[in-house]
Amino acid sequence: MDTRPAFPASAPRRGFVWRGVRVMLVGTGIALLFSLPAPHRIGISMSYSLPITLACWFFIDGGRLIAARWVRRRDGGADPQWPGWGWMGAIVVVGTALGFAVGQFVGNQITGQQDPSLLSGSPQRGFTLLLMSMVPGAIATWVFYTRGRLADTEARAQQAQRQATEAQLKLLEAQLEPHMLFNTLANLRVLIAIDPPRAQAMLDQLIAFLRATLNASRAGRHALSAEFARLADYLALMQVRMGERLHTKLDLPGDLASVNVPPLLLQPLAENAIRHGLEPAVAGGRVEITASRDGDTLELRVRDTGVGLDRPAGDGTRFGLQQVRDRLATLYGDRASLVLQPAGDAEGGTLAIVRLPITP
Amino acid sequence: MTTALIAEDETLLAEHLRGELARLWPQLQVLGVAPHGAAAVEMALAQQPDIVFLDIRMPGMSGLEAAEAIGEDWPDDTPPPLLVFVTAYDQYALQAFERAAVDYLLKPVQPERLSQTLARLRQALQQRGRGSPASAESALAQLRALLVSPGLGLPAAAPARLTVIQAGQGTAIHLVPVGEVIYFEAADKYVRVITTDREHLIRTSLRELLPQLDPERFWQVHRGTVVRCDAIATALRDEAGKVTLTLRGHPDRLTVSRLYAHRFRPM
Repeated sequence: MDTRPAFPASAPRRGFVWRGVRVMLVGTGIALLFSLPAPHRIGISMSYSLPITLACWFFIDGGRLIAARWVRRRDGGADPQWPGWGWMGAIVVVGTALGFAVGQFVGNQITGQQDPSLLSGSPQRGFTLLLMSMVPGAIATWVFYTRGRLADTEARAQQAQRQATEAQLKLLEAQLEPHMLFNTLANLRVLIAIDPPRAQAMLDQLIAFLRATLNASRAGRHALSAEFARLADYLALMQVRMGERLHTKLDLPGDLASVNVPPLLLQPLAENAIRHGLEPAVAGGRVEITASRDGDTLELRVRDTGVGLDRPAGDGTRFGLQQVRDRLATLYGDRASLVLQPAGDAEGGTLAIVRLPITP
Repeated sequence: MTTALIAEDETLLAEHLRGELARLWPQLQVLGVAPHGAAAVEMALAQQPDIVFLDIRMPGMSGLEAAEAIGEDWPDDTPPPLLVFVTAYDQYALQAFERAAVDYLLKPVQPERLSQTLARLRQALQQRGRGSPASAESALAQLRALLVSPGLGLPAAAPARLTVIQAGQGTAIHLVPVGEVIYFEAADKYVRVITTDREHLIRTSLRELLPQLDPERFWQVHRGTVVRCDAIATALRDEAGKVTLTLRGHPDRLTVSRLYAHRFRPM
């Protein structure tokens, strides 16, 4: 069952007054309609129609609010404005009967006439009158409901849009980790003065890295050879910064070079290997990225010889891993996986294994 | 002669800073470059520079942890070195530095900004030369303010408070209510949990444990020691101003570092 709130909870008071004014307009309309055959009776028609419509509205709308509040208290999170169609059906029937009786009583007082009540005439007459009076109430209730749903759908769409934008920004910030970017620029600034050719090479790597990062969010696939080239750019940038503390090894068998993968899928894993594996290690270490084939499955391994998984990692890692998992799940469902484990040999460190189906 | 130490793990950046210092302040003698936090502490304590430039993110021990260790272990008879933090990008750090009025540099280091910092350092050293006794205490106060900064000394989001400590031993997990803990002591990658009758080891760092403890109840008295305040019996101050704690229900004596000694004053 759909238990989402159909109505924004704000400004119910102003809505109540507004609905009252509109009900009076409807009442006037009904009176005009009834007095069409006998225009001189317009005053009498108004004297009945207005009190009846107002009273019906009062009972239905009031009943709605009370029922909604009660249902909410009983079931918890349900809508504060809408108790559900079952309740509303009963409220419209009972509210119309009560509203008709009260309105008719008021009308009798105003006009001094004695219009026969719903119960005093024949059952058939009473039933017809009740049914006719229910029509405006039912329509008004329906309009109220759909308008609420519409406003709610709009608000939901806006919120979803906002969340998507935020997620994308967060992703971009994670990929263009500011600390890495500014440190790289600082190194570049130094190199320009002392070693211009090396500075140019570093700048080229930075450009390739930035271009790939900005393109990666625009979906698509690229060849595994391109993926490895971007990883090489990233690792070369890090190597300028870390010097002898960073050693790298990339191994891509020739027959896998043209296999398609999501762009920069391994980037967060390489970044974690450096940031959480090697950067905290005083002596540094090695990052190894390898690809291999197992039947129809492509296996990608990112391994470091750093401090390992013992140290609780910060939010950054979890976000990076989650991002890889989300991408794999969206693109391949159950057919892809990411496992993070201790490297399990004498050198220690961490091993991340991505498995995904080979698609042409 | 004024002396300085550079703590920076990225060789190029360290050499650059050394070069810029030589150009802008030729009389300043750079004693060396420490490639990581632990080396920075060791070199600072051994060579006693007037100024230390500390990178925030370094392998092993961060710049801030190094500053804490230098502040605590610095000999009492000389004022601690002036600290300048260097960082590439750290929004929390910048806020913390502004609040604690500690000087900092952003990487890439710009010559104009560096000259301003150097001018301030000269001024501070002159004041110190005139024997202003407040300078050592104010340096410690700045460091204290930094250590409690969210996102820098403390994590940005405070984790939930612990009510029991779960300590593994063999196949058993011992549950120790925090109220029974007398003190916690950092021991390499572990923390020792000391109660009246026994002690446990837990696999975490004191820095990660600390935010999960009630700061009103558990007082840090040293970078490696956190004590439950109602387990403290007396605080004894010797002639040199060094504070030692005796405990209720445990014979150990705990040393209070100069960073935290201000906590123990008669009411």
